[in-house]
Amino acid sequence: MGKTLAEKVWQAHVVREAAGEPDLLYIDLHLVHEVTSPQAFDGLRVANRPVRRPDLTLATEDHNVPTERIDLPIADPISRLQVETLRKNCAEFGVPLYPMGDVEQGIVHVVGPQLGLTQPGMTVVCGDSHTSTHGAFGALAFGIGTSEVEHVLATQTLPLHRPRTMAVTVEGELPAGVTAKDLILAIIARIGTGGGQGYVIEYRGSAIRALSMEARMTICNMSIEAGARAGMIAPDDTTLGYLAGRPHAPTGAEWDAAVAYWRTLRTDDDATFDVDVELPAATLTPFVTWGTNPGQGAPLGGAVPDPTSLGTPGEQVAAEQALAYMDLTPGTPLRDVRVDTVFLGSCTNGRIEDLRAAADVLRGRRVAGSVRMLVVPGSMRVKEQAEQEGLDRVFVAAGAEWRSAGCSMCLGMNPDQLAPGERSASTSNRNFEGRQGAGGRTHLVSPLVAAATAVAGRLASPADLTAPVTVGPTEQES
Amino acid sequence: MEKFTTHTGRVLPLCRSNVDTDQIIPAAYLKRISRTGFGDGLFAAWRAADPDFVLNRPAHSGATILVAGTDFGTGSSREHAVWALQDYGFRVVISPRFADIFRGNSLKSGLLTVIASQRVVDDLWARVEADPTVPVTVDLERRQLRYADVAVAFELDDYTHWRLMEGLDDVDLTLRHSASIADFETARPTWLPTTA
Repeated sequence: MGKTLAEKVWQAHVVREAAGEPDLLYIDLHLVHEVTSPQAFDGLRVANRPVRRPDLTLATEDHNVPTERIDLPIADPISRLQVETLRKNCAEFGVPLYPMGDVEQGIVHVVGPQLGLTQPGMTVVCGDSHTSTHGAFGALAFGIGTSEVEHVLATQTLPLHRPRTMAVTVEGELPAGVTAKDLILAIIARIGTGGGQGYVIEYRGSAIRALSMEARMTICNMSIEAGARAGMIAPDDTTLGYLAGRPHAPTGAEWDAAVAYWRTLRTDDDATFDVDVELPAATLTPFVTWGTNPGQGAPLGGAVPDPTSLGTPGEQVAAEQALAYMDLTPGTPLRDVRVDTVFLGSCTNGRIEDLRAAADVLRGRRVAGSVRMLVVPGSMRVKEQAEQEGLDRVFVAAGAEWRSAGCSMCLGMNPDQLAPGERSASTSNRNFEGRQGAGGRTHLVSPLVAAATAVAGRLASPADLTAPVTVGPTEQES
Repeated sequence: MEKFTTHTGRVLPLCRSNVDTDQIIPAAYLKRISRTGFGDGLFAAWRAADPDFVLNRPAHSGATILVAGTDFGTGSSREHAVWALQDYGFRVVISPRFADIFRGNSLKSGLLTVIASQRVVDDLWARVEADPTVPVTVDLERRQLRYADVAVAFELDDYTHWRLMEGLDDVDLTLRHSASIADFETARPTWLPTTA
């Protein structure tokens, strides 16, 4: 019987297998950031162990970093200590690091792909659940805890039980205005936040194949919100086109050899998945969340649901608790929900295509006076690119704030936070209670919906907006 | 890691599903660089917002077994969630389903996560509501949960069972296979990237 993509990549990395034991899996790339690594480096120090492969390890500062005045020291002393600890650890153990201010600094899941470090068929781990992002390249990529970070630093391997496999097949064409973000939110609403638990998801079908690499990263990024540790998409010409010429991509004969191998990385026709889920693309519409987990979502054209109309008693209770926290009344049209803040950024939607999509909506329009909009590029390279294209001027002309790279308001470990009771439309990945600041309320949306919501002051899609005012010459430059 | 054999204690009923790790320990607490002292951050937002939150009720003080609804530990990979539970005094979490990364983290750190049916969880919640002092025994050796006149088997793979019972460190176990790792490395394709 044939193998799935996930099984092929897994098999190619088994260092050792023994009956009754987990497989020992080799890790090709270990990404590190400041929050989940200090205790792991401490563990190495206590046991007097080196980092086995610093040359397969890369660190960046992202969770704590401020997005304004990055020329100044970090004001919060605890954040500063954590960032300085990463620098000290990287220096001591020989791990390459892109610190704040470096042109390559950014969110770890934006940095890896843009450097060409993430390639098909690799195993990629990081002490961060959104490591699933890298599966967009046909890599097996998943988040790990700090004990596992220490394990990978010490051994470049992890003992793991073989996951089950799930196919999520999306056939057809996404309608105009419907993005990868809408698609993955709809998938999560369908299978639930625990539906992917124990599985690696492979996203398949014509709608997936039609996506750009950045859109594929958005999809795989949120696999973890469906409970799946990893999501994957088979590499194809789109993947190769993205990789060619990147700083760490192979060249010459090595490129040819790599491509020959990458072409084998697809699920065999006679392979079977443990679970199959199908979703038609053509009927999808912009999708937003109304609750406090990413599975609590609905089409933007819908209304806040009545908890009693939902599936199990457990789901009903969860919905009641969510609506109480979100201060929402069943039956309210989602388009009537007003927001205070719009956040455009994160490892889900902080890439150049996301910024372009939002800028296209904002060009010639103004952010509503009652709304604060933060635009935070996923990396300094994305920031640089956006500024070359004049997107920063579009955002600033519309009344949005243009910031430096980092995780920012996705989780509010830096000063970018919601105040208690504030409500956001956010392109990030989690609408958990207090995620963006204690007492803050989050609606997850696509970059298009984020931009339109900023203009309307309430949840909206670009189609809901009136035509933009005539574009002046300064905003037309690009 | 401390050995785990059997544990008897009182239950804290957390009657919610989808308890994500942002709730178990909010991000503000993750800035610390130590592995200890996270207990004060455990469920910090809920403890602060609601005087009647279950962790604030004196009747449950000293509980060592957390019994929660399904999909416990979703979201962020932060192992701080496990450390916070342990630092607060919990030895066991019981739920119908755990998020993969949280479960992996717990079993690496010696916090035993036990998967029990919703029926068992509901039964435990009801019994603890009637009598908060009802003792529950989690017998890892026999992979069995016991309370009152009830005995329920739970599943745990043999390898993890052995590792917890012996209190073994994963890195030590893996380093026994250093030669296999070195062999594997010599055969890796040369096109694979390095970060240097």
